[in-house]
Amino acid sequence: MTNPGKESDKRLLNLPVVAGNGLLHRRAFLRGGTALAGAMTGYSLVQSASAQRLVDDPWSLEPGNPVPEYGTRSRFEKDVVRTLTNPKGEPRNQHARTPHHLLNGTLTPNGLHFVISHAGDPDIDPEKHRLAIHGLVKQPLVFTLETLARYPMVSRAAFIECGGNSAPLFSKEPIQANVQALHGLVSCAEWTGVLLSTLLEETGVDSKAKWLVAEGADAPHLSRSVPVTKALDDAMIALYQNGERLMPGNGYPMRLLLPGWEGNMNIKWLRRIQLTESPGMTYYESKIYAPIVPGGKAYQFYFLQEVKSFITHPSPGLAMKGPGFYEISGIAYSGNGSIAKVMVSADGGKTWSQAALQEPVLSKSFTRFRLPWRWDGSPAILQSRAWDEAGYAQPTRAEFVAVRGETSRVPAVTAFPNEHYNAISSWAIESTGEVKHVYA
Amino acid sequence: MYMPRCATCLVLVVFLVSTSGLAQTPNLGKPLTPDELAGWDINILPDGTGLPAGSGTTSEGARIYSAKCAMCHGENGKGGTNARLVGREPIKDMESEKTIANFWPYATTLFDYIRRAMPWRQPRSLSNDEVYALTAYILSLNKLIGENETMNAQTLPKVRMPNRDGFIIRFPDRL
Repeated sequence: MTNPGKESDKRLLNLPVVAGNGLLHRRAFLRGGTALAGAMTGYSLVQSASAQRLVDDPWSLEPGNPVPEYGTRSRFEKDVVRTLTNPKGEPRNQHARTPHHLLNGTLTPNGLHFVISHAGDPDIDPEKHRLAIHGLVKQPLVFTLETLARYPMVSRAAFIECGGNSAPLFSKEPIQANVQALHGLVSCAEWTGVLLSTLLEETGVDSKAKWLVAEGADAPHLSRSVPVTKALDDAMIALYQNGERLMPGNGYPMRLLLPGWEGNMNIKWLRRIQLTESPGMTYYESKIYAPIVPGGKAYQFYFLQEVKSFITHPSPGLAMKGPGFYEISGIAYSGNGSIAKVMVSADGGKTWSQAALQEPVLSKSFTRFRLPWRWDGSPAILQSRAWDEAGYAQPTRAEFVAVRGETSRVPAVTAFPNEHYNAISSWAIESTGEVKHVYA
Repeated sequence: MYMPRCATCLVLVVFLVSTSGLAQTPNLGKPLTPDELAGWDINILPDGTGLPAGSGTTSEGARIYSAKCAMCHGENGKGGTNARLVGREPIKDMESEKTIANFWPYATTLFDYIRRAMPWRQPRSLSNDEVYALTAYILSLNKLIGENETMNAQTLPKVRMPNRDGFIIRFPDRL
């Protein structure tokens, strides 16, 4: 809570509101400088009623712990974890969702990157792993990890999103769950590896080749078909994730990275690429990732992850600590390229204010948006809406449902009633400070 | 070897080598023979490309199914802890259950998926004949082929799945 007696807080109260329910200009705090920043309250900052003398705590009075070989985060962060749907590895798939409401910035820590495994994570010996490229090529070739490590590499940030991310929002009624449960099947990392086009230059590509079928070394030998045009555009054989080798759940020792395209196609534990004239019509493209549209037809080859955003702070489960100043922030991304603009509303979409985009704004990657907000303690509905550089706008939920439909019953929060949901999410702030998922 | 003696000649030689297409990448891949690849070469395309020699009947499939599949998919494919394999109620909306017979566009996918991924705990443990037999059995349970038909590389691609034309290509400009 702000103290009206302080000079900095008087200046805060004088800042012009640019949209309903107290949204401030995106550069308000930048203009205000450090005095204003110091007056901001956080979602969990506890105000002390009386003055408290600063003292040396025990950790300041003796040497600390030995530095470990491989660093792990503070023990106080132990609750910042993924949520698991199948922790005992029963014979079905497993989902681990990213806790976006407890993170900030644009890159997902490797241990918190979302994972879907259809039969567990294989324990691959990198020396024995091979990548075979064959089919409609001039010279079939097989690569070891050691040989690939000698190729020219590139690094780029890219989000990966499961086609089923945000599926709970197909529910006819808003499911009360946090942003991790609703949107936790997307993450973003810096990936480093060899462009697939470099390897295809060596194998040569037959002019009849229009597709490739990529396959993993996991137990289901998961396979997906990818147009050759994407392979030659920006596909990568990724070897490193945020600077270290891939995590086992993200495809160690190598995965196919198809920036901006459906997560399932980014084949993990990649071992084989066959160039073909036609798609393989594999199980995952024939059944799972073919979203049914109203009337009974289904979309085939829904490769693109379209423009989307959601607010992470505040969000359901992060209660507000009384009226005052907050930073609204969230994540925006598009498989079409860079984010061009994010607008934020605090009155359920009646009025909007443009959010600041955290630089650098990178293509097919998370863009963090931020906007200062003076919450007066009355009910509000927060929304974010993103536009990408190709000109696509994130749809409202009503626009989206008119085309894609919604369920007739409320499904389980972990269910996947459909895929490729990218409409606006709405968080209702109640006067108690509680944050709820609503449709608005 | 001919050694160019003037700078112009040297530039010309370097230019010719660099545009030959061979000098640009490390070329560390090892040539791969069909024999070396055989154990991994398991993709089946909808036109039947990749289907191996061998065959299987529905009655053979029924026996293998009872022993290796029924514990998860239920007796006669009726479903259990994992997906049911029979059923053909029409797809109406997103709450319709996608089954093999009401949704999958190509029968070849059945062979491809069983062979690469099933049984869940012992993938790649079935012989090609066993995979053909299970494919025949499941297609027969769904009345997509007769009870006494044999599936092999010639017959399987000819099985027409009911929902073949039930799809809309979402982004045709990206194919």
